[in-house]
Amino acid sequence: MTPNAFLQIGLYVGVLLVCIKPLGLYMAQVYSGQATFLGRFVGPVERLIYRLCGVDPDAEMSWLQYATAVLMLSLVSFVSVYGIQRLQGLLPLNPESLSAVSSDSSFNTAVSFTTNTNWQGYGGETTMSYLTQMLALNVQNFLSAAGGMAVLVALVRGFTRSNTESIGNFWVDLVRGTLYILLPLSLVLAIALVSQGVVQTFSSYEEVALVEATVNADGESVMTQKIAVGPAASQIAIKQLGTNGGGFFNVNSSHPFENPTPISNFLELLAILLIPASLCYTFGEMVGDRRQGWAILAAMSFIFLGILVLTWTSEQQGNPVLADLGVDQAASELQPGGNMEGKETRFGIVNSALWAVATTSASNGSVNSMHDSYTPLGGLGPMWLMQLGEVIFGGVGSGLYGMLVFAIVAVFISGLMVGRTPEYLGKKIGAFEMKMAALVILLPCAMVLLGTASAVVTDTGRASVFNPGPHGFSEVLYAFSSAGNNNGSAFAGLGANTPFYNGMLGLAMLVGRFWVMLPVLAIAGSLAVKKTVPAGAGTLPTHTPLFVVLLVAIVVVVGALSFFPALALGPIVEHLLSTAN
Amino acid sequence: MSHAKTTARLFDPAIFKQAVLASFSKLDPRIQVRNPVMFAVYLGSILTTVLWVNSLMATGNESSGFVLGVSAWLWFTVLFANFAEAIAEGHGKAQAASLKKARTTVTARKLTGSETGRHGLAEEIPATDLKVDDIVIVKAGETIPADGEVIEGVASVDESAITGESAPVVRESGGDRSAVTGGTRVISDWLIIRVTTLPGSSFLDRMISMVEGAKRQKTPNEIALAILLAALTLIFLLVVGTLLPYSIFSVEASGQGRPISLTVLVALFVCLAPTTIGALLSAIGIAGMNRLSQANVIAMSGRAVEAAGDVDVLLLDKTGTITLGNRQATRFIPTQGVDEKELAEVAHLASMADETAEGRSIAVLAKKQYGLRGRELEHIKPHFVPFSARTRMSGVSLDGQEIRKGATEAVEEHVRSLGGSLPGDVRTIVQEIANAGGTPLVVCRDAHVLGVIELKDIVKGGIKERFAELRQMGIKTVMITGDNPLTAGAIAAEAGVDDFLAEATPEAKLSLIRDYQKGGRLVAMTGDGTNDAPALAQADVAVAMNSGTQAAKEAGNMVDLDSNPTKLIEIVNIGKQLLMTRGSLTTFSIANDVAKYFAILPAAFAATYPALKTLDLMRLSSPSSAILSAVIFNALVIIALVPLALKGVTYRPVGATQLLRNNLLIYGLGGLIVPFIGIKAIDVMLSILNLV
Repeated sequence: MTPNAFLQIGLYVGVLLVCIKPLGLYMAQVYSGQATFLGRFVGPVERLIYRLCGVDPDAEMSWLQYATAVLMLSLVSFVSVYGIQRLQGLLPLNPESLSAVSSDSSFNTAVSFTTNTNWQGYGGETTMSYLTQMLALNVQNFLSAAGGMAVLVALVRGFTRSNTESIGNFWVDLVRGTLYILLPLSLVLAIALVSQGVVQTFSSYEEVALVEATVNADGESVMTQKIAVGPAASQIAIKQLGTNGGGFFNVNSSHPFENPTPISNFLELLAILLIPASLCYTFGEMVGDRRQGWAILAAMSFIFLGILVLTWTSEQQGNPVLADLGVDQAASELQPGGNMEGKETRFGIVNSALWAVATTSASNGSVNSMHDSYTPLGGLGPMWLMQLGEVIFGGVGSGLYGMLVFAIVAVFISGLMVGRTPEYLGKKIGAFEMKMAALVILLPCAMVLLGTASAVVTDTGRASVFNPGPHGFSEVLYAFSSAGNNNGSAFAGLGANTPFYNGMLGLAMLVGRFWVMLPVLAIAGSLAVKKTVPAGAGTLPTHTPLFVVLLVAIVVVVGALSFFPALALGPIVEHLLSTAN
Repeated sequence: MSHAKTTARLFDPAIFKQAVLASFSKLDPRIQVRNPVMFAVYLGSILTTVLWVNSLMATGNESSGFVLGVSAWLWFTVLFANFAEAIAEGHGKAQAASLKKARTTVTARKLTGSETGRHGLAEEIPATDLKVDDIVIVKAGETIPADGEVIEGVASVDESAITGESAPVVRESGGDRSAVTGGTRVISDWLIIRVTTLPGSSFLDRMISMVEGAKRQKTPNEIALAILLAALTLIFLLVVGTLLPYSIFSVEASGQGRPISLTVLVALFVCLAPTTIGALLSAIGIAGMNRLSQANVIAMSGRAVEAAGDVDVLLLDKTGTITLGNRQATRFIPTQGVDEKELAEVAHLASMADETAEGRSIAVLAKKQYGLRGRELEHIKPHFVPFSARTRMSGVSLDGQEIRKGATEAVEEHVRSLGGSLPGDVRTIVQEIANAGGTPLVVCRDAHVLGVIELKDIVKGGIKERFAELRQMGIKTVMITGDNPLTAGAIAAEAGVDDFLAEATPEAKLSLIRDYQKGGRLVAMTGDGTNDAPALAQADVAVAMNSGTQAAKEAGNMVDLDSNPTKLIEIVNIGKQLLMTRGSLTTFSIANDVAKYFAILPAAFAATYPALKTLDLMRLSSPSSAILSAVIFNALVIIALVPLALKGVTYRPVGATQLLRNNLLIYGLGGLIVPFIGIKAIDVMLSILNLV
């Protein structure tokens, strides 16, 4: 418990809180179709896009039309990302002459980026050309993020509207989210990152002389090293802001060209939670009761901070096995102390733990340290955050709509205890909503549990597990938790670029994205048709501290009940074993 | 009609015995499959039985005693769930039987034989046995057994139970005053009536059969909850199902122990599945209907009971619900120069032949205040002038004096025609009374106005507190009355209702309900007259008085056998209780799972990962004892909660936030802690008895 830690975490949380209101308010304006200060510059572009695409911005859609539009966009995205990877050898902007990506890896990556997961079974600098990174991957960073936000806004409209079938126009929501929110923020962040030394260039990789010559595996002497560069800053900005997380380079934000300084680290860290947290305010603003937004934010923050304390203290305490060997793991003037394996010295324990917890609570998945090297309990935190269904901040849009589904479930279970049939934000929660909410909770959970099961019983699955014992189990569980909940974070230590994992994880990502989105849109459609019940003294209030506690309890209990056995056989037993001696 | 309230004891021996038998007959898979949660337990019971037989024949890894123990307790779990439902149904049937018995207390005097006159042969039969076109005779003091048409006789009939007007009406054969309504009472003379519609009984019979549970359908909220429970069951099925591969992997990784056995997996699954609420869900629903019939209310559907919990607006008729039957005289206010006693005497004279409740109340007040009694008037040959709609006055002419009482305008016109005038202070008094919600009756003798009688509605005692309670529950009360806005406003203020609808017509009522519903509110109302039918049909919770017309009963979704309009408040309570019981037991059931994990997981992996013993917070004596204790606890908790499911969680009107806090503490936190204690206790018992 160092003062430094309190300062770092306090600064981070403080700056984030300050940003929430203005950005949240601005986003509410954007999605309500109101004029914003950017309208003068972006408006003409927006109108041009509608005209070119033949979109009538005033035409409203039913939930089925909305869902069809989402699926159409995703299908087109999937095909184009897959195609560009397979054809990249023939396409321009490929200074390293990288050849086509394998079909199973292309499938996995195409699914991964269209679903806002950004699980990376490949290494960026050795696999993808500049064109692929920019045109295939980075375009999806924007579209998948804007798509998630659009679905959230559609759900919010379901709450605010009554006696109507229509929940908005997907194309308008998509375009406005991209043009007014994601692009301007990315532009600002990219420029700030370049100022810190993040690379942005089309030139080919640099060949530089080694300071000290070395020999390779075959005994030949090596004099030079290739240093990968590329148009990185423009991709990193949106990968952080849009909870994508797919790094330009293989080691993601641990790479000195992706995240060179403590300032770039702070900015990238801030960008992870910026939009997901601000959307809570947007939600409150749009439903006409800001307290509702703050209540959701409070519930998210509560779990976030709880896990942060777990992971950070576990890491700061260090490795018990090393402690037995007499290694000094205490924090001091000269060292951060704790478990520094897999962490960058320029970030230390606090900023690594903070990043690990932020990136897994939001479905970002970028890393600035290697989670595989965390202590068992330190790694349990991020893994469990994903297993909670990516609703603690979660993906842009997708996290909040997931959390709202949990709020519906919480209201359903406990709303009955006040002697009324359940209602949330004035909408009665009936059998149809429960059916859809059950799908939202059940299916990602099923993908994680069944995927992990399929991997640990089949030979192909087990062949990629390099670590023995409970840690190997944790690695598989982590991978499926990440894919099934669209996070994309990798524990590493698992050879996941095989046809088996590319296929299984790809399937988990598809189910985790669309079998959450579709039921959520169905809920939106069903709610929009319903009447709004005015709140009274007998209505369960959903903005009070009591409701926040209730929501936290439901999320935690559902997450714990679903994954406790699996976690017990992974990180928990690993922790008990390592401390037993 | 009177109804013996049957609050059968929770475990009446006869019902208990029936329920035990039914617990076994309900093992029919066709019945089990209707409840997904319990069906899964049912399949688990069959599976463990097979495993037990297998363990007897083969040399399995588990002692067959352990498998038998788990299997037996799983069967108990299923039986306990069946028992909970059966005992609720038993109570329902007992309730229905007593309702039927109570209902037959109205007897009809059916005329038989060819001579249908007054002196024809009459046979006494229960009103329920009447058929259309039967001829009955009803004498003074008897209740008319069914809707019908007068074919002979003239009588005054008290229809206050239906109309709220206590002034008797005349019913006679022929013309437009020949229709009579079942449940109304003949006050004087006799009537011979031809039954025109099937007596309410056949309709009630239909409803009572609903109470018996024969046609019970799941209510919307029950369906939604069942979906949630099924989803949870599926999640736990997945959790338990995937635990087998995880366990196989872990055994290989650690190099010790054996993969988790099927018996333990089934035990874990049953403990995790929301069996507590799953087992009690239908019992809770049936018990809700039972509580309603205990209150002598019969609901057409469980849906209506559920909706009662959601009601936001109560429409209450003024007369009978908020105020006592009719207006009563409360004061004599003389004009200047007239003695109050003189006014009282004259008023008394004017009311002597007035048989309306108002008229009688004037006599009562005069007697109370001045000891005035009915005088022998034969010698002065009084000539009584009855009230007529044209003159709007009534009174008496005696000794050459014309005494009249009536509405202000009418009396003013009357005295003016005789050359008098309305004194200024009378005008003020009249205005004051009207402003306070009372009705002024001006009294005059010849051309002289003597003063005013104040008639007031008497608000029922304790009703104001009742409305305050409702307000805390978040329910708005609206008073419906035919009075003018001024009068209505004054009474509304006195009774403490939130709003009122004055000069209410059936159309105004209907549109008021529609307006509230358009605003998303749920409306409850009571009604009895045929003209209430459209409003009753529109309201979400519509309670028809049993004394009301057939049309009203058909339009409503509940019938109150006591015909007590205040019952609505009780009905809302019962609805809320039903929903609260469901929510509380669901929360309890889910919270229970935490302890069960801590009991079973360390036990299941004791051999593979002994380090997991740390998670055994309860320090249970052995792995098999731990698993068995959890299964036994899971079964026993169902039985332990049956009384709560039947009685319902108590509802207190304290506002939603506090209600939630209280129930979360009891059923959430309680649900978290109780199983730790329970499982430990069972474990200790098992090891003392040396059963494991």
